[in-house]
Amino acid sequence: MSDLHIVSQFQRELDAIKAKIIKMGGLVEASIVGASASLYNRDAELAEQVRAADAAIDVLEQQINDEAARVIALRSPNAEDLRLLLTVIKVSGNLERIADYSKNIAKRTRVLLELRSIEGSPAALRRMAREVELMLGDALNAYVQQDQALALAVIERDEAVDQIYNTLFREFLTFMMEDPRNITACMHLHFIAENIERMGDHVTSIAEQVVFYASGEKPTDERTKADITSSDATLSGMNPTRSIGAE
Amino acid sequence: MEDGKMVEPQKVDAPVRPDIDLAKLPNATIGDIYVENPRMTARQVRVNYGDKTAIEDVSLDIGGSEVISFIGPSGCGKSTFLRCLNRMNDTIKTCKVSGDIRLNGGDIYAPDVDVVPLRARVGMVFQKPNPFPKSIFDNVAYGPKIHGLADNTGHLKQIVQEALERAGLWSEVHNRLDDPGTGLSGGQQQRLCIARAIAVSPEIILMDEPCSALDPIATARIEQLIHELSSEYSIVIVTHSLQQAARVSKRTAYFHLGRLVEVGLTDKLFMKPQHEMTNNYITGRFG
Repeated sequence: MSDLHIVSQFQRELDAIKAKIIKMGGLVEASIVGASASLYNRDAELAEQVRAADAAIDVLEQQINDEAARVIALRSPNAEDLRLLLTVIKVSGNLERIADYSKNIAKRTRVLLELRSIEGSPAALRRMAREVELMLGDALNAYVQQDQALALAVIERDEAVDQIYNTLFREFLTFMMEDPRNITACMHLHFIAENIERMGDHVTSIAEQVVFYASGEKPTDERTKADITSSDATLSGMNPTRSIGAE
Repeated sequence: MEDGKMVEPQKVDAPVRPDIDLAKLPNATIGDIYVENPRMTARQVRVNYGDKTAIEDVSLDIGGSEVISFIGPSGCGKSTFLRCLNRMNDTIKTCKVSGDIRLNGGDIYAPDVDVVPLRARVGMVFQKPNPFPKSIFDNVAYGPKIHGLADNTGHLKQIVQEALERAGLWSEVHNRLDDPGTGLSGGQQQRLCIARAIAVSPEIILMDEPCSALDPIATARIEQLIHELSSEYSIVIVTHSLQQAARVSKRTAYFHLGRLVEVGLTDKLFMKPQHEMTNNYITGRFG
């Protein structure tokens, strides 16, 4: 499907929108990396940069949506062009939300710098963020190449992110029970873990859009949600020590 | 309509191959050419103009009460195929049609078929509105009269009124039925032609770019009319407007270089066509 449009201006408009999505994706990847590094290195300046960089991402989302709406109105696109435009609107929304989570992590990092540090957790959070960032990179590559197989592989990988989140959830509970002075920091760290877990969900949603863009069909298989903290009482119930002890 | 110019129906013998599953042929149409309880069936239709093959191996069902659009670049054979369905091609001397086309199971190219009643059963509306140079009333009354559908003058008036009502024209012309049909606006003339076609109670209405000479409002009226008529008649519409095909039809058939490349539900075909040629055409990647 590499043929070009007869109306070259139409082709340029589609190419420009695609380029903006890639640019936005690049900024969002940098934002994830920045947020996680600022947390791990206790780097206030980097955290501030991440917060400041979010504005540019918001602007890009608005531009992409405006241009997609304009092309739909003026060009009456069909088939792969229509699918591209329908998906850029959703993908830009997902990217914008991911960037918001990065910004939120950066904010909490500033607070955490004032609190006693919790051993081990920032490293696990960094691993989790690294996985989400790699997934996002692959989802965006799949988007550019309309690569359905790669997109489906990304969807599968979200389970690993959920697993890290489950582990961290238990870890934070343990720290808080060991010493109530850990509670404030652990609450912030838990929100950070949840933010990264939600990022993974948005990356998954992007990958699902790629499948639709490439094939015209939404992925049908209900994907396994491995985040069980909200449904498993042994993780958050009355006597969590037992389940932790069982590990 | 041009019955006086009619030449002998021409049917050349070509092997019809019911034993071959067309869907498995390498060049076969993508998508489901079949419908349940088809009103019309076309199998391996081939049309030659002299030495030149206009369409080749086109097989397609047309269902009862469905709207199907034929799209494709100029010269792809969509109008040629449309004109086979009520034997309008008979008027072209060099034109030879082979294959098998049936209306409710009856071969429309059988030697004993009279094309005049056939064209009442399979009516046609053309690109340019072509009312007869007669009154509005006579334009609509002409068909029922020659086909002997009216028992008396009162019945004829009733048929004319009903046809004009169904064509959405009655309220605009009821007080001037004796005015010439040619005095109406383009959109009204086209609806008059539709009234003329439905006055003889057809089973199928063929439309060859019925809106290409009309403004957007007149086009919208015709499209609304197509929608209303589709509960009763099968409508086959050839259009160069992809958006029109998308708006009015349940199924769409894409023709290219005399072949039926792909047929399918319109929403599927416009969202995710299966064949690359279909994709390229509907996205404007070639002419």
